[in-house]
Amino acid sequence: MSETTIKCNNLGHVYPNGVEAVKSVNVSISQGEVISVVGQNGSGKTTLVKHFNGLLKPTSGNVMVGDLDTLENSVGLLARSVGYVFQNPNHQIFAASVKEELSFGLKNIGLEGDEIEKKVNEVAEDFSLTQYLDLNPYRLGFSLRKTVGMASIIAMEPSVIILDEPTTGQDFLGVKAIRDSIHKLSDQGKTVIVVSHDMPLVAEETNRVLVMCDTELIFDDSPEKLFANKEVLSKTNLLPPQISSFSTQVKLGNTNDAILSVEDALGALK
Amino acid sequence: MSDIKIQNLTVQYLGMDEGEKALDDVSIDIKQGEFVAILGAHGAGKTTLCLSINGIVPNMIAADMYGNIEVAGQVPPKIPVRELATKVGSVFDNPEFQMSQLTVFEEVALGLQNLGVDKETIEKNISGALEMVGLKGFEERSPFEISGGQQQRLAMASALSMKPEILVLDEPTSNLDPIGKEEVFTVTRKINQEEGLTVVIAEHEVEVIAEFADTIILLEEGKISKAGTPQEVFPELVDIQRDIGVRVPQVTEFASKVPKKFGNSIPVTLGEAIEGFKK
Repeated sequence: MSETTIKCNNLGHVYPNGVEAVKSVNVSISQGEVISVVGQNGSGKTTLVKHFNGLLKPTSGNVMVGDLDTLENSVGLLARSVGYVFQNPNHQIFAASVKEELSFGLKNIGLEGDEIEKKVNEVAEDFSLTQYLDLNPYRLGFSLRKTVGMASIIAMEPSVIILDEPTTGQDFLGVKAIRDSIHKLSDQGKTVIVVSHDMPLVAEETNRVLVMCDTELIFDDSPEKLFANKEVLSKTNLLPPQISSFSTQVKLGNTNDAILSVEDALGALK
Repeated sequence: MSDIKIQNLTVQYLGMDEGEKALDDVSIDIKQGEFVAILGAHGAGKTTLCLSINGIVPNMIAADMYGNIEVAGQVPPKIPVRELATKVGSVFDNPEFQMSQLTVFEEVALGLQNLGVDKETIEKNISGALEMVGLKGFEERSPFEISGGQQQRLAMASALSMKPEILVLDEPTSNLDPIGKEEVFTVTRKINQEEGLTVVIAEHEVEVIAEFADTIILLEEGKISKAGTPQEVFPELVDIQRDIGVRVPQVTEFASKVPKKFGNSIPVTLGEAIEGFKK
């Protein structure tokens, strides 16, 4: 797998209607990092990540994906290294069967017959979709359809995967499946970028958090530091995981690094 | 007197295999003013239970229904959904699907106009409903240009304008951001506590449910597998979260591993946990 570093240099984006959505962001993401991007709706987080695969082009500054400047390269080319899984699978899925949906991207990147078949079967197996291959994706429930959306991107083996609100509308098992996928992708050395409001997910599954607030990147550090940072939390109305709030209130663990999970809290008792 | 009385309710959608049931022999009594949360994995029957209470099943979505159901003195399968809407208001997971009008005012007016209510009452009800959900002043805005949380509160206002006794909410916050969720939960609680409406809500946000609900009903494969107060139910779920597809509040999970630190009384809310913790 190729190494892809994403680098934003003074990235700014003003939409055609004049609304400034992102203001001079500088950030560099190395291959293999598992990062979350958080902030309230309208803070600029989705606008920011849409620059990582050229879905949006900077109106000031620039974004480098590996050695490709996104201003000079097409989404089609960039998508080979950076895959984007949409929040709403209905915005992504269009084929008449799960199999076709999974094949589509592979055809686009130039794979042929047997190779496609092999890859589709592999990824279907990985995501427990084998039994649904011949079904129309719209006959599946929302969370399975979301899995299809994710599998079709992962099939193309991009080195970076962006997941936009992967756990929205998912129940416990759906969330568990998505967390497992994040682990698996991370184990394979892929960069995973998760845009999410799901703070337990941010706390437990990612190592670095970018906080967007009112078009600006105001925090770039670990989740331990974020959930211990009262100033950033109150400015952005982010609610820490319940166990982090509990631990802070009863002074469990040390004050500079928040407790991130029930396991952490149990560990801190000893 | 109980507001919602369900006895041995079984629901089978058309096209389901023999023996497959969306609801399987469900019995519950819900009292006027109670706040009831329905928990369960996708496919456990939460939506079917909500839709049986507001009559959409079987009146608009065909299904075979067995057993007895009585809601605010009415038998839902026997009266038209729009008539039942004056007793039972409904809010769904995707507010955008519910919107059809050009302004917030017209959106709320729609249901009342369909019932043939006079203009004066319509205006009075709309004003009251928008006030209740905190959307006063939004009358002339487009329902499509407000935030998700505001849209969902608008859907609540539409339901409330009919002066129902019961509000049924099927995963009302699953597509909202944290601020939107907070707005909807706050209004839901206010409607329950200040207006005395019965609330039946299917929801995955267990931390909030633990704070708000009087009663939790856990559904598994169409059957009620547990029912009781959050304090009774959540501690029993800690070891079976994966099997039932339902999370418990993090403080409950934590305390159940170290019960002595909590004087053997397992908390379900952050407040209870902080108070009960003995370091």
